[in-house]
Amino acid sequence: MSQLVFAQTGILSRFIFRQDRWRIMFWIVGISLATWSVPIAFKDLYGLEEQRNVMALTMENPAMIAMVGTADLSNYTIGIMTAHQMLLLTALVVGIMNILLVARHVRGDEEDGRLEMIRALPVGRLSNVHATVIVFIMVNVALAVISGLGLYALQIESMGLEGSLLYGATLGATGILFISVTSLFAQMCESTRGTIGFSIGFLLIAYMLRAIGDISAESLSWISPLGWITKTETYGLNKWWPVFFLLGIALVLFVITYLLNARRDVGAGLLPSKPGRKYATSFLKSPIGLSFRLQRVGFISWAIGMFVLGVSYGSVLGDIDSFFQGNERLEQMIASDNHLSAVEQFLPIIMMVMAIIATIPPIISMNKLVGEERKNRLEQLMAKSISRTQVMARFVIVALVNGMVMLSLAAIGLWSAGTLVMEEPLSFREFYQMGIIYYPALLLILSLAVLIIGWVPRLTSVVWLYLVYSFIVVYLGELFQFSNFVIQISPFGHIPQLPLEEMSWMPIIALLSLSSLLIVTGIIGYNRRDIQG
Amino acid sequence: MLKVSQLTKKFGTFTALNGVNFEVGEGEIFGFIGPNGAGKSTTIRILLGLIQATSGEATIFGKNVWSDAVEIHKRLAYVPGDVHLWPNLTGGEVIDLFGKLQGEMDRKRRDELIARFDLDPTKKCRTYSKGNRQKVALVSAFASEADLFILDEPTSGLDPLMEQIFQESVLELKEQGKSVLLSSHILSEVEKLCDRVGIIRQGEIIESGTLEELRHLTRINFVVETKERIVGLESLNGIHEIEQLGDTLSFQVDSSYIDEVIRHISQFGIQKLESTPPTLEDLFMRHYEPKVTSAQGGRSQ
Ligand SMILES: Nc1ncnc2c1ncn2[C@@H]1O[C@H](COP(=O)(O)OP(=O)(O)OP(=O)(O)O)[C@@H](O)[C@H]1O
Ligand SMILES: [Mg+2]
Repeated sequence: MSQLVFAQTGILSRFIFRQDRWRIMFWIVGISLATWSVPIAFKDLYGLEEQRNVMALTMENPAMIAMVGTADLSNYTIGIMTAHQMLLLTALVVGIMNILLVARHVRGDEEDGRLEMIRALPVGRLSNVHATVIVFIMVNVALAVISGLGLYALQIESMGLEGSLLYGATLGATGILFISVTSLFAQMCESTRGTIGFSIGFLLIAYMLRAIGDISAESLSWISPLGWITKTETYGLNKWWPVFFLLGIALVLFVITYLLNARRDVGAGLLPSKPGRKYATSFLKSPIGLSFRLQRVGFISWAIGMFVLGVSYGSVLGDIDSFFQGNERLEQMIASDNHLSAVEQFLPIIMMVMAIIATIPPIISMNKLVGEERKNRLEQLMAKSISRTQVMARFVIVALVNGMVMLSLAAIGLWSAGTLVMEEPLSFREFYQMGIIYYPALLLILSLAVLIIGWVPRLTSVVWLYLVYSFIVVYLGELFQFSNFVIQISPFGHIPQLPLEEMSWMPIIALLSLSSLLIVTGIIGYNRRDIQG
Repeated sequence: MLKVSQLTKKFGTFTALNGVNFEVGEGEIFGFIGPNGAGKSTTIRILLGLIQATSGEATIFGKNVWSDAVEIHKRLAYVPGDVHLWPNLTGGEVIDLFGKLQGEMDRKRRDELIARFDLDPTKKCRTYSKGNRQKVALVSAFASEADLFILDEPTSGLDPLMEQIFQESVLELKEQGKSVLLSSHILSEVEKLCDRVGIIRQGEIIESGTLEELRHLTRINFVVETKERIVGLESLNGIHEIEQLGDTLSFQVDSSYIDEVIRHISQFGIQKLESTPPTLEDLFMRHYEPKVTSAQGGRSQ
C-alpha cells in the first residue's frame, strides 16, 4: 500500500528539481553570499571590542530587540553579533524562499490542471507532495551545509565549527518547517495565491509573536517557532534543541499533510468555497471594479496586516521611552543631538520600514495586470471596446489607492497603540505626517512597476529587487555605515525624516514629478507593445 | 473491463452524479455524451481516482478505481479536453516524461505519432496553441501500451484534418482489441466511432445502448400524400407534430407505433410516402432538451 501511494516519487523528484534548478541555485547562492558577507563587514567595522560594546548598548533598545531578537549582549563577539543581527532575518528569507518554491508544486500544478494528467498515470496519490518535500528538504540541507561551512571557512576568531554548523542548521530547519507549513496550507486552499498568502501570514504572525514575546511576554516567544531561532545562542552556548524542535514540528505537519492529501479530491481544498453571486454588482461593473475585485481578499488581508504591524510597533514605543530614561549614558548620547525624545529619534526608522512593507501590496496589485495577461485572461477584456490606456489606468488607480490605504493604516495603527503606551504621546497629526510623507517614495517604486509592465513585462521582478535593496540599505545602512550615495539610490533615502529633520519639499516634488513621468511613459509603452498569449 | 454502478457524487449540497450505471466491454468503444454540466467529466475524474465517489462503485479491470488507482493506471491512458502543460518544457519532453511515468513507451511509435499528428516537439509548451497542446496529450496516450483509453472531449481543439487522423487512430485501437471511453460533443465523431453510447443528463444516465437500439427508441419522420383526407390521426398513440401543408401531411411517429400508424393511413389511399430516419442530431437534441421526461423520450414500456 505505502509503496503505491508513493509510486514514482523518484521520477517526479528529478522532474521537480530539473524545473527549479536555476531558481534553487539562485536562492542558495544569494542567501549564502549575504550570510558570508556580513561577518566580513563586521570585522572591518566593529573589529574592536569597544566598538562592539557600543553596538551592544544600542541593541538593548526594545525596538531593536523587536526587530532582531535577543542575544548575549555582555559578550558581543563578531560571531554573536552576526548571529544576533542576521540569523533571524535570514531565517525569514529562507522561510519565504520555501513558501514561494514549494507552493508552485504542491498547489500550482494542481490549480493549473497539470497534476490531473500526472495523476492519471501510474503515480501514487502522495507522490507529488512527497517528491516536492524530498527535493526541498535536500535543498535546505544543502543550504545549511553550504552556508554553515562557508561561515567557518571565513576563519573569524569567534566563529567556530560548531557555531557555524548550527547557524546553517537553524536556517535549514526553519526552511524545512516552512516546507511543511506551505504544503499543509496547500491542502486547505484551492489556489496558489491562497496557499502563499496563508503561509506568509503564518510567517508574519510567528515573527510578530516573537517580537512581542522578546520584549515583554516571554511565553509568546516560546509559542512562536521563530522565537526559538535566537534561543540557539549561536556562537555563544550553541544549543541544538531548537533545531530539533523545528524539525519535530515539521514532521508532525508533514504527517497531517499526507493524511489530508491522501483523502481529498484533486483540485479541491478543505476550506469550502461557497457559490458566488448570480449577477455582477454595480461596483464590479464600474471602471475600477474588476481590477479591485480580482484582489479583494489580498487587499483586505494586507490592510489588516499593515494595521497590526503599526499597532505592534506602536506598542513598543512605551518600552523605548522607559528604556532610555533608565539609562543615563544613552540619554546623553541621544540628547546631545537635539531636544527630541528617544521615541522621536526612532520613529523615522520604524516608519520607513513600515513604508517599505506598505509598498509590497500596491506592487502586487499592479503586477496583477501582468498576471492576468500571462493567464490569457486579458484578451477577453481587450476585445471589448476599452482602450489599453483605460485598462492600465484602472489598475494604476487601484494600486495608488491601495498604497495610500496601506500607508495610512500603518500610521494609524502606530498612533493608536503609541498614544496608549507613551508618556507624552505625539498628536495624531504628527504621526500621520510622519507616515504619509513616505508616499512619494512608495509612488516612485510603483511607477517603476508601471514603466516595466508597459515596456518589458518580463522584468517585473526588478521592482522587487529594488524594494529589497531599499530595505537593506534602510535596515542595515547604519550598521554597515553605507555611504550617502548608496542610501540615496533608494527613493526612501530622499524623504525627510520627520521629526528628526526639517521638512523639505524639494525631494518630494522631485519624486512626484518623476513618478508621473514614469507612469505616463509606462502607459505609452503599454499601448505599443504586444499583449502576450 | 470498466463497470460503474450506482455512482453518486455530491459537491457539498450539489449532486453532480446521481446513481450512474454503465459498462464498457473489452474491445468496445463507448460514447459518453450529454449536455454541458451533465457530469461527464465528473464521472471520468472518479474513474481516474482523482476524486472520490460519495457512494456507488466503479471498477476498471475488476479493480477499485480509488484504492487501486496506481495498478489500473499502468494500463490506462487519459486525454483531457483542456490540456495544461509546463510552460517551459518542450512538447517532446512532456511526452517522454509521461512515457517514463507510464513505464514503457515505444520510441518508434512515439515518433511515428508525432509525425502523423504533425506536432513540432521542440517547441516550448508555452508557445503551443490549444490544438497543439491537445496533440501532445494524444500522442502520449496513443504511444502508450494501455488497454483502456479514457478520452474526455479529446478533439475539442483539433482542426478537421487532425480530427480525421484522430478517428483513424481510435479505429486502429479498436482493431487491436483495446477499449475506449470517449466523451464528446461532436456527434458525427461519436456516430462514426462508437459501438455503444450512453447519454447522461443532470447526473443520470437517461439512455444507453447501440446506436441502432437508440434509433429504434426514437421517432421517425413521415411525409404522406393520400387520395382522401386523413382523419383520426390525432387519436392514435405515439404520434407527434402533425402538420398539414397543402396536400401533404407531415408528422413524427414513435418507432414502436409505426405499424399501427401505417395501417391507419393506408385506409386513405397512399399516393406518396416518405420516411426519414432520425439524424443523430434529432436523437440527441430530444434528450438534451431540459423538459423531456424519460416516458416521452420513448423508453419502451
Ligand atoms: N469541484 C466542483 N465543485 C462543485 N461543483 C462541481 C465541481 N466539479 C463539477 N461540478 C459541477 O458538476 C456538474 C457536472 O460537471 P462536469 O464537469 O462533470 O460536466 P460535463 O458533463 O463534463 O460538462 P461539459 O460538457 O461542459 O464538459 C456541473 O454542474 C459542475 O458545475
Ligand atoms: Mg467536461
